[in-house]
Amino acid sequence: MCLFQCMMNYFPEEVLDHVFDFLSSHRDRNAVSLVCKSWYSVERFSREKVFIGNCYAVNPERVLARFPRIRSLTLKGKPHFADFNLVPHDWGGHVYPWIEAMAKNGINLEELRLKRMVVSDESLELLAKSFPNFKSLVLVSCEGFTTDGLAAIASNCRYLRELDLQENDVDDRKGQWLSCFPESCTSLVSLNFACLKGEVNMAALERLVARCRNLRSLRLNHAVPLDSLQKILVQAPQLTDLGTGSYVHEPDSETYIKLKNAIQKCTSIRSLSGFLDVHVQCLPAIYPICTNLTSLNLSYAPGIYSNELMKLISHCMKIERLWILDTIGDTGLGVVASTCKELQELRVFPSDLYGVGNAAVTEEGLVAISAGCPKLNSILYFCQQMTNAALITVAKNCPNFIRFRLCTLNPTIPDAVTNLPLDEGFGAIVKSCKGLKRLSVSGLLTDQVFLYIGMYAEHLEMLSIAFAGDSDKGMLYVLNGCKKLKKLEIRDSPFGNVALLADIGKYETMRSLWMSSCEVTYGACKSLAEKMPRLNVEIINEGDQIEASPDARQRVEKMYLYRTLVGPRRDAPDYVWTL
Amino acid sequence: MSLNNQLESEYSGSLKTELTLGLPGGAQAPKSAVKRGFSDTVDLNLYTNSEDEVNVATHTQPPPAKGQVVGWPPVRSYMKKKMMTVNCKYVKVAVDGAPYLRKLDLQIYTSYKELLVAFQNMFTCLTICNVIANESKIVDISNGTEYLPAYEDKDGDWMLVGDVPWNMFVESCKRLRLIKSCEKLKLMKSSASLETSSSTSC
Repeated sequence: MCLFQCMMNYFPEEVLDHVFDFLSSHRDRNAVSLVCKSWYSVERFSREKVFIGNCYAVNPERVLARFPRIRSLTLKGKPHFADFNLVPHDWGGHVYPWIEAMAKNGINLEELRLKRMVVSDESLELLAKSFPNFKSLVLVSCEGFTTDGLAAIASNCRYLRELDLQENDVDDRKGQWLSCFPESCTSLVSLNFACLKGEVNMAALERLVARCRNLRSLRLNHAVPLDSLQKILVQAPQLTDLGTGSYVHEPDSETYIKLKNAIQKCTSIRSLSGFLDVHVQCLPAIYPICTNLTSLNLSYAPGIYSNELMKLISHCMKIERLWILDTIGDTGLGVVASTCKELQELRVFPSDLYGVGNAAVTEEGLVAISAGCPKLNSILYFCQQMTNAALITVAKNCPNFIRFRLCTLNPTIPDAVTNLPLDEGFGAIVKSCKGLKRLSVSGLLTDQVFLYIGMYAEHLEMLSIAFAGDSDKGMLYVLNGCKKLKKLEIRDSPFGNVALLADIGKYETMRSLWMSSCEVTYGACKSLAEKMPRLNVEIINEGDQIEASPDARQRVEKMYLYRTLVGPRRDAPDYVWTL
Repeated sequence: MSLNNQLESEYSGSLKTELTLGLPGGAQAPKSAVKRGFSDTVDLNLYTNSEDEVNVATHTQPPPAKGQVVGWPPVRSYMKKKMMTVNCKYVKVAVDGAPYLRKLDLQIYTSYKELLVAFQNMFTCLTICNVIANESKIVDISNGTEYLPAYEDKDGDWMLVGDVPWNMFVESCKRLRLIKSCEKLKLMKSSASLETSSSTSC
């Protein structure tokens, strides 16, 4: 090692630069930049893709100063629990300052990937006009923009390759944003507007698809009717990823026959999604492409019932990633288990969000999957009930889980057979799955489950806890045991000041900690903030629960703390206090 | 018959009020009870944003157990909103004299013909009879009782099924009811059409 390092120091920096080109993972690059000053320097000039997991951990100026050759920026904003309405909409996470700073510094930005950020039309307009080589915009779970902003992107980004809008809350101005792609635009490779609510001009869409010969990924919204889908597929048989629009038509019509023929020619499709509006009698048209699918997302297709789902899935032998609703039932999961031997990732979402009384899945389905799918490594499973015995069996069958997220529809339900807590079941999972990086627990749980997690989950990076535990000991087991923990989010659990303050240095090794409806008090949060200047400790004080000069003993409803190099943020709304 | 009445009140508190919908003026109070009943099962306000957490507390009927916990199950609000737009097409189907209602998803059908077949499958004592040209009737062949399908539209009016194009019907239909033909007379007393029911005893 010493000899190697000496040899490396004799190499000119150009060689180091060339070697570092092979490093794409930001973790590898971060590690490399810590070796010595010379490596830090070479690495920072050669890094083109920058990943920032918390936009408030650093600021645009520092990022651009360190990485002047940046071409691709990934930013994440709000904490994860914002997805479930636990964070007010205007909490923060604005992208504008970042775009503004890059525009001012003459950055040659080509790619921007944002998750849970607030993106204004103004930001999109500035983005579109400031970076002539801009190629790729990916927005996931963002909000704050309208189709006017999209029109600016379409009009100005001459070399746009990718416009990928995933699950954003977009105000549809019913303009003609898609028609703003000029006739000269032929560069699109990926277009996903499934989350938009309004109509687009069908003729413009069909022409756009026809002239973009490199188009590989196309996800339509539900306003695109089936006859347009048919025409589009005729123009783009080279697609590898398709999201259908409205999949409703008379099955014995000429349009449907044309669709069947068009789909048969799409032999490259490996990924399929959509079907929000669906007429199940039209589903047989897609059976021919099912055999080649590696990814299938039917989580927005409540119209496809269990029988139809099973028929469909029986064609999908090569599926590696499957997202479905619990309407599939345990029986349907049995079909998955016997058909999908290549399955790596399964997500089963709840269909009955409004008490309509639909099917759910139980521990039986999960056990069947674990027994039938040897390559399974990632699961998100919303279920009616669970048992320790089932989890122990799953742990034995699948020691390769990287992500294991279980969500019982009743958050504190015990073992369905023994009525005991589910501690032993989750304990078996963490003990068996040595590579586990992400875990979400639910059901009736005591401090014991956290003892197991702290003891066995050595590689755990993210843990989600809700309605679990008995005392501070639970949280302490986790903080003491999980050395690689990066994100901890806790709601409605009896963890308080003792746990919060036991090892305050730990939080600088983590990205963030969220605690809501727990037992931590204002005084403890203030004390923590005072001792740790490189943490932002934010209290979200909605509805003025805490008065201007609060009592130290008052419970804090929502606390979010994160490590940062740049101190308290200046864009927090009135009700967010950075202590 | 008394058992049926008891079951009626158990399974649908609004069923009794449905029978009085034909009376003008008396329709107001029962209608709002009916609307609350419907929105109870498809509550458009739960979870949409944090302001509505306050609305949950003031909701007159207690939400289901799941609904009492904000943000549980942890499903992205985007997904909840999206699924909500689809689930709205589930409508209640009431059959006069039956002890409980059913639900069907209008979106899975593409024509009135398919809808009648669905009624036939759902309420197995009923069969479709094509009595007069252009007018299919649903009949309980065991006792000869005829039913006419009616629906409540967005304005709260009860309409006979079949007059408007299918898509328009799906868009405006809030609930369905298979009315015994003699009941139809009570509802449409302003209309003089007595084409079928006078001979049918209730």
